[in-house]
Amino acid sequence: MKYLLEARSLVAGYGELTILNGCDITVEPGSISVIVGANGAGKSTAMKAVFGLLEVRQGSVKFEDQDVTGCTPQRLVELGMGYVPQVANVFPSLSVEENLEMGAYLAASLTEEGLDRVYSIFPILKDKRKQAAGQLSGGQRQMVAVGRAMMMKPRLLMLDEPTAGVSPKVMGDIFEIILKVNESSVGVLMVEQNARQALAIADTGFVLQTGQNLYTDTGEALLANPEVARSFLGGKH
Amino acid sequence: MEYADLLNAGVYFINKGLLNAFKIGSIYALGAVGITLVFGILRFAHFAHGDMMTFGALIAFAGTVILRNLGINTEPIPTGLLALPLAVAATIILALIIDRHVYAHFRASKSPPVVFVMTSIGVTFILQGIIRLVGGTGDRQFFFTAVSNGESIREDKGRWLVKFDWLRDHFDGFTQKLVITMPQLWLFIFTAVALVGLHYFLNHTRTGKAMRAVSDNEDLARISGIDVGRVVKVTWVIAGTLAAIAGTLLAMDTQYKPILAFNLLLPMFAAAIMGGIGKPFGAVAGAFIVALAETFAVFDWRPIAGYLFADRFDMTASMALVPAEYKLAVPFAILVLVLIWRPTGIFKGQVL
Ligand SMILES: Nc1ncnc2c1ncn2[C@@H]1O[C@H](COP(=O)(O)OP(=O)(O)OP(=O)(O)O)[C@@H](O)[C@H]1O
Ligand SMILES: [Mg+2]
Repeated sequence: MKYLLEARSLVAGYGELTILNGCDITVEPGSISVIVGANGAGKSTAMKAVFGLLEVRQGSVKFEDQDVTGCTPQRLVELGMGYVPQVANVFPSLSVEENLEMGAYLAASLTEEGLDRVYSIFPILKDKRKQAAGQLSGGQRQMVAVGRAMMMKPRLLMLDEPTAGVSPKVMGDIFEIILKVNESSVGVLMVEQNARQALAIADTGFVLQTGQNLYTDTGEALLANPEVARSFLGGKH
Repeated sequence: MEYADLLNAGVYFINKGLLNAFKIGSIYALGAVGITLVFGILRFAHFAHGDMMTFGALIAFAGTVILRNLGINTEPIPTGLLALPLAVAATIILALIIDRHVYAHFRASKSPPVVFVMTSIGVTFILQGIIRLVGGTGDRQFFFTAVSNGESIREDKGRWLVKFDWLRDHFDGFTQKLVITMPQLWLFIFTAVALVGLHYFLNHTRTGKAMRAVSDNEDLARISGIDVGRVVKVTWVIAGTLAAIAGTLLAMDTQYKPILAFNLLLPMFAAAIMGGIGKPFGAVAGAFIVALAETFAVFDWRPIAGYLFADRFDMTASMALVPAEYKLAVPFAILVLVLIWRPTGIFKGQVL
């Protein structure tokens, strides 16, 4: 198996609107892939299309060499994928623990073990487990969102801007967590605004523009690419 | 003023005021919880809810007639109650059929909420037609004399009367009684059991939590692997069950009529909105607030004033705040006030 996730020539959009114009996204087993690009480039749309939330009009999505194009999110969760959307990624009126339990809805038997695992990664959540997720701080909410997606022990974790709206300190923590998750050979596909930090930990990077791959390379190579640096990384490096 | 008068006034207040408010409040609560759950999960105002209640009552009535004619009599348990499981089952099936063949179509095409609301009004008209076709346009009593094998069986409403005989010996002139009918007693029991059960279900079972999750954020629920279609079905099962119970017990306590519960739609929606749309226990609180307000707005204080200040007042006119004909204006006024001052309801629900 060369790729854990292999999405090829995706064409998708909202209603009449076409946003993705044949973009490719891949994740190798146990590696980290990062998608960067300007606002509105179609990064979130690519994630949604891969996760079966949008109709894929053309192209294909394969997970562990199995064609999953057009599968429901429920099926993808069963197969071993987890997804944290960019916005509205917790159940605000449910308690932290209930949020996490929902992550293991398809396999109740994994709940206990999943809770232990998530609480050991995010100890703060254990203290807040009875609190409604809507009352948490932005960073804590992100932890709940990531924790929820990890309850079923996915082999691929898809994160859409996991560090949006968190302090630099928590941002560092979240990157560390992602690396830690990745160490246990979980593949990670993430979209990041903090492109420089993200590409630094990426095995593969994708730069999207108007729904197409502008650059596809190793994280290191993209960081070193002056074109990419000028247009997408901001400042000097 | 004597102690007996004080007692008379107090018992009259409980009997004609509080008990009435609790009775109608229980009916509103069972209906409003269904409305608010349907709104939370399916995100539209289900106007056909009242007719689902009437439908349940009609099936219960049909079942009662059949049971009675079979010679079955289980006094003191009213025969209507034996027919209740049938009514519940039929109402659940009706709700599921309507969902599958009407609402599901609009869900699949991602129609805006207003389309659902208009559709549910259409469903209301269809149900009202079916109800009249099947049950006729007249009123029907759940308690009647039936003839089985040439033997006539009579069942009456069965009153649970508290006469305070032990107090009467001590207070001369204490004459008021507390009267609870059998259907009312069962209504209180069913309401309490249903609400406790619902609370347990929503907070302690996987399916119940999944329901709250879908109500919170449907997309995220799907992403988490929750089967939203199944949650929708469970919602209709619960809403149908509560509707059938409320409709049947209301009809047993008063009488069955084709517009039995359509008239309750306004107060039930007022209760659901007041409690914060999507919050079942907010709806319960809203239901009892609306019921208390409505009951005491049209409550005739004259007998109480008569007991307490007989010598000081002219007691000829009614002493209700609002004439009984305008009872429906009370929940309407509450609804308008809530929408102006607190559209999210007292418990911060969604906005209609
Ligand atoms: N639900 C939607 N309906 C219609 N158009 C949408 C919807 N969501 C996004 N779009 C449009 O699709 C385009 C791509 O949006 P997308 O969310 O994929 O961008 P993005 O790359 O994730 O941007 P950002 O960095 O701001 O998150 C935008 O032009 C946006 O307006
Ligand atoms: Mg985005």
